[in-house]
Amino acid sequence: MSKNKIHEPLFHIVKRGSLPLWLSWVIRILSVVAALVVCGVVTIVLTGENPIKIYSTMIDGAIGSERRIWSLLQNVAILLCISLAVTPAFKMKFWNIGAEGQVLMGGLATAACMIYFGESLHPVILFPVMIIASILASAIWAIVPAFFKAHWNTNETLFTLMMNYIAMQLVSYFVFLHSNPVGSGKIGIINSATEAGWLPKLGGHTYLFNIIIVAVLTIGMYIYLKYNKHGYEISVVGESENTAKYIGINVKKVILRTMFLSGAICGIAGLLLVAGTDHSIAKETVDSRGFTAIMVSWLAKFNPIYMILTSLLIVFLEKGAGQISTDFGLNDSFAEILTGIIIFFIIGSEFFVNYTIKFRQKDKEVSK
Amino acid sequence: MIIAFIQRAIVQGIPLLFGSTGEIITEKTGHLNLGTAGVMYVGGIAGVIGAFMYENSVETINPVLAVIIPILTSIIGSLIMGMIYSVLTVTFRANQNVTGLALTTFGVGVGNFFGGSLIKLTNSELPSITLTATSNCFKTKIPFAENLGWFGDIFLSYSFLAYVAIAIALFAAFFFNKTKAGLSLRAVGENPATADAAGINVSRYKYLATCTGSVIAGLGGLYYVMDYACGVWSNDGFGDRGWLAIALVIFAVWKPNLSIFGSILFGGLLVVHNYIPNLTMASQEIFKMTPYVVTIIVLVIVSMRRKRENLPPASLGLSYFREER
Repeated sequence: MSKNKIHEPLFHIVKRGSLPLWLSWVIRILSVVAALVVCGVVTIVLTGENPIKIYSTMIDGAIGSERRIWSLLQNVAILLCISLAVTPAFKMKFWNIGAEGQVLMGGLATAACMIYFGESLHPVILFPVMIIASILASAIWAIVPAFFKAHWNTNETLFTLMMNYIAMQLVSYFVFLHSNPVGSGKIGIINSATEAGWLPKLGGHTYLFNIIIVAVLTIGMYIYLKYNKHGYEISVVGESENTAKYIGINVKKVILRTMFLSGAICGIAGLLLVAGTDHSIAKETVDSRGFTAIMVSWLAKFNPIYMILTSLLIVFLEKGAGQISTDFGLNDSFAEILTGIIIFFIIGSEFFVNYTIKFRQKDKEVSK
Repeated sequence: MIIAFIQRAIVQGIPLLFGSTGEIITEKTGHLNLGTAGVMYVGGIAGVIGAFMYENSVETINPVLAVIIPILTSIIGSLIMGMIYSVLTVTFRANQNVTGLALTTFGVGVGNFFGGSLIKLTNSELPSITLTATSNCFKTKIPFAENLGWFGDIFLSYSFLAYVAIAIALFAAFFFNKTKAGLSLRAVGENPATADAAGINVSRYKYLATCTGSVIAGLGGLYYVMDYACGVWSNDGFGDRGWLAIALVIFAVWKPNLSIFGSILFGGLLVVHNYIPNLTMASQEIFKMTPYVVTIIVLVIVSMRRKRENLPPASLGLSYFREER
């Protein structure tokens, strides 16, 4: 009877073997529903309106008119593009939180090309120059931390984070230098008369070109990660660096190559933002999407196809909550609060997908 | 002018010192809390809410209460943030980067939302949140400091929270290096499995350190509003200081006593462009880049030299699950 000496805790946590796919999605969807209920309660407390009105305002704000749907899709495309960019690095467990700065550098390069060469170069040459410049600028911004990570194991999370702010200050330096009108501290619409360097409008829709590019990128990234040897190498390095070394993968090369790719896609995002959307550049052009993209990618379990859903969810919420704040006269940061709450719930739900709680069994009368 | 510069540098540096001390305590248990920026916002706005409620509910302000109430509400606000982060990362073992970034989104949102809507929500008649009376209580200075010339200006001219910040940093340094609990705490950050085997309650240390760290960081937000900004809340006014505090942690190589000097240096780098004559607007922006560049250089040098006492905690960013080794 030495058994009763051992203290057994009331419950303990056990890792689940595997959960049927449908059940894991039921858990995730339940968590989103729970989050929406909490968001509703928060909104009611702050506005005193009835919940149905609040949710219908949200839907109206996101997809209430054709213009809003286009704007929603455009935002999804940009967010998805940045999420695609960070994904290969994350699969490799390289915590690149510098997408903000990388996209900004791509945008800066694009803007520079538009300002300096917009008038002088023929579009046939101008567009390739813009594309190459933006990809290179972003890739350099991504490769520098990767180089130090590969050779000296420098902490990449902190390194890429710092690179963001250097990029922001660089952009605001150039914005002051080229501000138009002079001294305004803003760069204004670039080439507004000639529209030189603006991405083409397909069928009269400003954003359609962006959306198509990102759709192609999404499929490409899915194939790259799933069916390409590079994709396999990335996941091996991510799971275990030692295993990768053992089976003859050149880890340094994989890190550098993957970060180059990550940066290059950030460059495309910058190009789409500056040449395809804003036609201008500012410190705030990326608008924290570099950080939001990390959540989008992680919530989708690094699967490019699921990322369409998660980026849609986040943008839908932002637009919807934005409408709530306009309609009820609240500050527009309300969207960030709601997004935060929903992400907390989804993050929490992953625990129930991966682990299960076992309670102490009541086996007092077991005789030995 | 040099005295004025040092004064400005210190005033700029104190919020960073609060933030980095809090972050060091958190990181020493292996938790990279990227939510510090959000926590500092919440600490600031929670203090503002407390002060706002108090100023509007009484006729004459009792200086002691006017100081204690904002501090308490600020602590409660940042404690809630710390709890959200620790429940998700310690108990639920969620990814720390994602949780931290979500916490920042949430915290900055809370700060700007209440900053922008507090007046509407309370149906008050005031045009903006201006807590001059409370701010003056916070800024009460040592009475004889003005008679001491430059010495008084440089060392004794700050509000009491500045001295609290330095005291906390010194105490944290003492705690890490000279106490048994501090040693256990560092063990948790270096190798939680070993710490667990040695009978240290890993989760309890992680919770306590994260929440304490959040509260300290939140006080940085409070200091910013009440002293630096003279009680005026402006949205996004706090800016990137939360991230700068995280940079300072690296610069100080995870040592709270070094971060005292680091914070003053960073504060100086933030304001130095005001003291260099003939700078254009554009080149000012280049100067604002320096803290981040300096941080990267330190980060690279530290990782190249690999001196064990200067490296980040070994299990930084990883969650610990006892049944999975």
